[in-house]
Amino acid sequence: MIHIGGISFDLDFFLKYLFNPPEMIWHGILMTIAIAIIAQVAGVVLGFGVAIARLSKFAMLRGLAGLYSWAWRGTPVLVQLLIVYTGVAAAGVYRYPEIALGPLLISGPLQAALITLSLNEAAYMGEIFRGAIQTIDRGQIDAARAIGMRPSTAMRWVILPQAMRTVIPPLGNEFTLMIKGTSLLSVIGVRELFGSVQNINSATFKTFELFLIAAIWYLAMTTVLSIVQRFVEARLRRHELPAAATVKPNRSLLSAR
Amino acid sequence: MVLELGMSDTSMERTGGNPAGLQPIVRVADVHKSFGQVQILKGVSLDVARGEVVVLVGRSGSGKTTLVRCINRLELIDKGRIYVDGELIGYKEKAGKLIPESEAAVARHRRHIGMVFQRFNLFPHLTALENVMVGPVRVLHRPKSEVQQEAQALLAKVGLGEKVHNYPSQLSGGQQQRVAIARALAMKPSVMLFDEPTSALDPETVDEVLDVMRNLAKGGMTMIVVTHEMRFARDVSDRIVMMEAGAIVEAGTPEAFFGNSRSERSKAFLSALQ
Ligand SMILES: Nc1ncnc2c1ncn2[C@@H]1O[C@H](COP(=O)(O)OP(=O)(O)OP(=O)(O)O)[C@@H](O)[C@H]1O
Ligand SMILES: [Mg+2]
Repeated sequence: MIHIGGISFDLDFFLKYLFNPPEMIWHGILMTIAIAIIAQVAGVVLGFGVAIARLSKFAMLRGLAGLYSWAWRGTPVLVQLLIVYTGVAAAGVYRYPEIALGPLLISGPLQAALITLSLNEAAYMGEIFRGAIQTIDRGQIDAARAIGMRPSTAMRWVILPQAMRTVIPPLGNEFTLMIKGTSLLSVIGVRELFGSVQNINSATFKTFELFLIAAIWYLAMTTVLSIVQRFVEARLRRHELPAAATVKPNRSLLSAR
Repeated sequence: MVLELGMSDTSMERTGGNPAGLQPIVRVADVHKSFGQVQILKGVSLDVARGEVVVLVGRSGSGKTTLVRCINRLELIDKGRIYVDGELIGYKEKAGKLIPESEAAVARHRRHIGMVFQRFNLFPHLTALENVMVGPVRVLHRPKSEVQQEAQALLAKVGLGEKVHNYPSQLSGGQQQRVAIARALAMKPSVMLFDEPTSALDPETVDEVLDVMRNLAKGGMTMIVVTHEMRFARDVSDRIVMMEAGAIVEAGTPEAFFGNSRSERSKAFLSALQ
């Protein structure tokens, strides 16, 4: 037991729970990862839709998407979470019955969590996609159309691959925020990492040790993510690197003159 | 080196003027086009026969780019008609009325109209080979292996057999433009549109692109070429068409355009180029 100022730090407990985490912490970590991935993927897909709507030629669609983006980005996630969970249930719109997916039981709070985080993320990803698509040179679209691509074909094979290069760095940041943001879900009783830790805390009262352990785990997850992100970005940039054996103008055709 | 591109079954005589009696590949009839309040094309008519090479000249802002972009409907026209290969571009005709086609329907027409841009507009995320393949594979849904062989042959023919796996950023301007030509040819177009294909190039790479175009013309490709390269115009074209303020003001053989009996207009234009 170490004493720092007024608090005492139980080093044995800390090391034991850090290196030999109980089932509950493992479960929490897995939940955190699963929730973050699902919500991020949903956010990317929906966000792409938001971006397409914001760039639509139909003013009505543009307006609706703008409104969506404005509302979800302008309010705190915590408030959104409580509105989606308690508000929607209280209004009788949807009462979050448990859903059985094979062996998995998806609790009401978890459903509300996934819905909130996905819809929130869609607003941010929508802005990111919109910006990325808008930076693409008009000439790219002209060239795609000129070889007979329909708008959807051009989007899939010309615009999106180029937009992804712009999207990946902020997407990585979004995912980092997402992982950290899942800690809010403990408020409505989702047993992700922070929820699990709080649960253990209420039995052991080792608050400082446990929260430090949670912080270390979050740090580990975001660090792994940033390494993956760097790798992906390097891959996406590979065609920007000049060739090792470069490029003398090919003169063979000049001989004709 | 010998280039054989495009179709060689056209033995049409290379005469200037409108070859009467032949079904034109491109027919531009009384085309009007405005951007906002400003009228850019003021009733342009132009027929281009199969295998013909038409060079479009004119001062900056005279509407050359706009006309070329109207032909494959990258720009919508306000009035008039454009036919390519006998098909009305961009509109359906129903009971004498013109109804604009959807982007998807227009896309079908564009498959047969090759276009080469001033700024190349290669797809930067694809290699040279992939740039050439993407049309046949993703638009025509042809098998990749077959397309790859054709694309490799096309790139070899424009002198880039060694560069197939380079990305555009690893190619010089002239090389990029030749890839762009190969990309358009991969769709087996019945006409090729060129909008100042060499004016964004370093002077030393201009000729490699012009040589490819020369050989395309020799192979019988129908071409509409906006260019300031007067040597190319004189040597390669069948007809020189001059635009001024959104209208065609002169059209004739290169001999007439460059010869002793040339008009005051072409004199003025040519001396302004010097
Ligand atoms: N998208 C557009 N919106 C508004 N005006 C345009 C647009 N495109 C072209 N214009 C105008 O139309 C006129 C004709 O342009 P165009 O590009 O067809 O000329 P050009 O003959 O190709 O000239 P250059 O030799 O400089 O390329 C110009 O005055 C130009 O400013
Ligand atoms: Mg122009």
